[in-house]
Amino acid sequence: MRNFIILIFILITSSLSANEWEDKKVFSNGKNTNSLSILSSTDTSFFAPIIKSFLDKYPDIKIEYFVTGTASLDEIFRKSPEKYDIIISSAMDLQLKLVNDGYAKKINQIDHPNWAKWRQSLFAFTIEPAAIVLNKKAFKNIAIPKTRQDLIKELRSRSTFFRNKIGTYDVRKSGLGYLFATQDARTSETFWRLMEVMGGLGTKLYCCSGDMIDDLVSGKIAVAYNVLGSYAEARKKKSDEIEIILPADFPTNMMRTALVSNSSSRVKTSETFIRHLLNTQTEKNNDKTHSLPPLFLKPGQQTIILEPALMTYLDKLKRKTFIKEWERAIIQ
Amino acid sequence: MTSELKVSGSLQNRLMFTLISGAAVLGIILFFIVRGYAAQIAQNGQDDILEASLSSILDAVVIQDGSVEVDFPYASLSMLDTELDDRVFYSIYNDGILISGYEDLPLPEKINTEISIFNTIKYKDTNARIASAKRILIGEKERITISVSIAQTQDALSRTLNRISKNVALFGSGFFILVTLLSYWATATTISPLMRLASSVTKRGPQDLSPFEKKVPSEMYPLVTSLNKLMTRLDLSLKQSEDFIAEAAHRVRTPLATVRSYADATLQRVTKKENRDALRSMVRAIDEASRAASQLLDHAMITFRSDNLQKEPINLNDLVQNLIDNLAPIAEMKDIELKFKQEDKIELFGDFILIQNAIRNLIDNALKYSPYEGIITVSIGTSPISFLEIHDQGPGFPPKDLDNLTMRFTRGQNSNGIVGSGLGLTIAKDVANAHGAKLQLSNHEKGGACVTLLF
Repeated sequence: MRNFIILIFILITSSLSANEWEDKKVFSNGKNTNSLSILSSTDTSFFAPIIKSFLDKYPDIKIEYFVTGTASLDEIFRKSPEKYDIIISSAMDLQLKLVNDGYAKKINQIDHPNWAKWRQSLFAFTIEPAAIVLNKKAFKNIAIPKTRQDLIKELRSRSTFFRNKIGTYDVRKSGLGYLFATQDARTSETFWRLMEVMGGLGTKLYCCSGDMIDDLVSGKIAVAYNVLGSYAEARKKKSDEIEIILPADFPTNMMRTALVSNSSSRVKTSETFIRHLLNTQTEKNNDKTHSLPPLFLKPGQQTIILEPALMTYLDKLKRKTFIKEWERAIIQ
Repeated sequence: MTSELKVSGSLQNRLMFTLISGAAVLGIILFFIVRGYAAQIAQNGQDDILEASLSSILDAVVIQDGSVEVDFPYASLSMLDTELDDRVFYSIYNDGILISGYEDLPLPEKINTEISIFNTIKYKDTNARIASAKRILIGEKERITISVSIAQTQDALSRTLNRISKNVALFGSGFFILVTLLSYWATATTISPLMRLASSVTKRGPQDLSPFEKKVPSEMYPLVTSLNKLMTRLDLSLKQSEDFIAEAAHRVRTPLATVRSYADATLQRVTKKENRDALRSMVRAIDEASRAASQLLDHAMITFRSDNLQKEPINLNDLVQNLIDNLAPIAEMKDIELKFKQEDKIELFGDFILIQNAIRNLIDNALKYSPYEGIITVSIGTSPISFLEIHDQGPGFPPKDLDNLTMRFTRGQNSNGIVGSGLGLTIAKDVANAHGAKLQLSNHEKGGACVTLLF
């Protein structure tokens, strides 16, 4: 009996300590005097060049890179903020709430544009659009939709073709998906009409942009809504199966952000890393070999603003209402 | 002679100290008042926004299908965005039970329905301003009370306040410096008539006892009036005594001359030795008396003329040459040689009669004290400054008396048996003073007195 209890205890603790990472990688040059642990929602392949360039400059640092979804990242970090030094996520709202709740360290010696930082603690380092991504074959002889309205029209006119061939984020599981959806809903009623149409045609729900793009390339789905433009762009370079559309009616742009944990014991190294990250991601320094887009606002381009209002849809009641409405539209 | 006057503080310093400390106190009070006022205004600004946010959340509360929904707008939190990205916390309670937001955010117990209440609290290690209000909703079965608190940190507010404080402090210091300068100017202006009076009193010659006629401030009027009265009285009494002496001398001189001529005539007639001796000493005494009388007259004249100098260009060389020529017969009586060394020519601008009188008195003195067959040297030169020096081979001045000899009726200790009144040096000194010149008495290394006039 006692052994059984101990076994359960071991099982629980091991399941707690060994999170189910999407990916986990250690970067090192062999001689490590310092180490950093980064908790990130960014796929390793996209972030590795930045880490490697950092290690070129500071070869005696070992970096542990943990990848997980935006929603679970928030959960994991809140549970044990002392385990991770740097938090990187595309879910701006969750990141901002972490800062608001006092989880981030102020880094005073960083000079960064005002619109790309919050409380001198949260630093944006990319600007990435939410895109509609299409499988080219599915739109062979048809005009490619430029706006959400066009897409609604197209889906309606060829409803049999598109049935079960549409994908989007499951906003209940993905923090970024939730951010995109709430920002869309805030901007225009078109979003709800689109969701209703997509729901009527049986939409597949995904946790991550990567999976969505995989299915698009393979032809499993023909349209994916609110895919991370940067990921799609990277895939397009490899296979020309897909078409990326930045909706002309209202584009949604997100900023990937980084913060240093307030409970981090390696503040100096963390700050050095943040400085390096922001420096490589300026428009001037961001060369084409890097897969992540730079922090650069084209004239007229807008992005989701880093402000306390981002916490609005994280409110328990608001979230409940939003998810209820979203489920009503998309899961029919 | 003058007793030491005790100084207690300075009027100007006292005035300035009062003004400056007043300004300092005023500046500090001003700083706190303005800062307090600014803090209140800034706080009111934050409170207004918190209240607007609060009411927008409360307005969004609805009962739908029996359950409470709070679909508050994006603007509720968006309006709380500040320059320094202040943190925002809120909590929503339904009948005292948290339904959303931060559970540890304190909710005040007494919340009015309509009016929001504000508090400054410590939350998550920082100062935050919290606003709370409640709203009562009437559902189908029950009344529901929704209470909402919304809090915001005060980073932007404190920066604004710091900025204001800095500016106010700067303004206050500026004000203080300005007041200090002004008070310096004000006290200097106030005190200047007094200083002018003091310096004009100091600058006056010893003989100038005329009343002050310049305009004075009313506060100084009594002082200056009394001073003027005192001076008039002093002047009057001085003049009276001078007049008295001059009058007395004048009156004595004429009878003395008569007595002397009688004594001379009698001396011719008497033959008895003792009678002749008695008469001779009588004649000498008469000479002494008449000489004193004439010096007294001279002195009176000099005192009078010093106040009204009649200046004209004087050739000092000619003046001295004339004097030597005139005094030569007296010198010959004692077989004294009068030498005149003219190293340079000196042109003066002064009262001829006074200067002549002064130099005659000096040479006269030298003749009196010079031994028989002695030499008296009168030198004139310009190096380093214009001077006239009279040097005899007499006994010299007694060193003890050097300082006092120029006082009226003072004679050296070694003057016994020599005719004199003690006025000669006084006259010379008064004349020198009236002309801004200096009279120096000294003894020559090889003996003999040396009197120098430095022009």
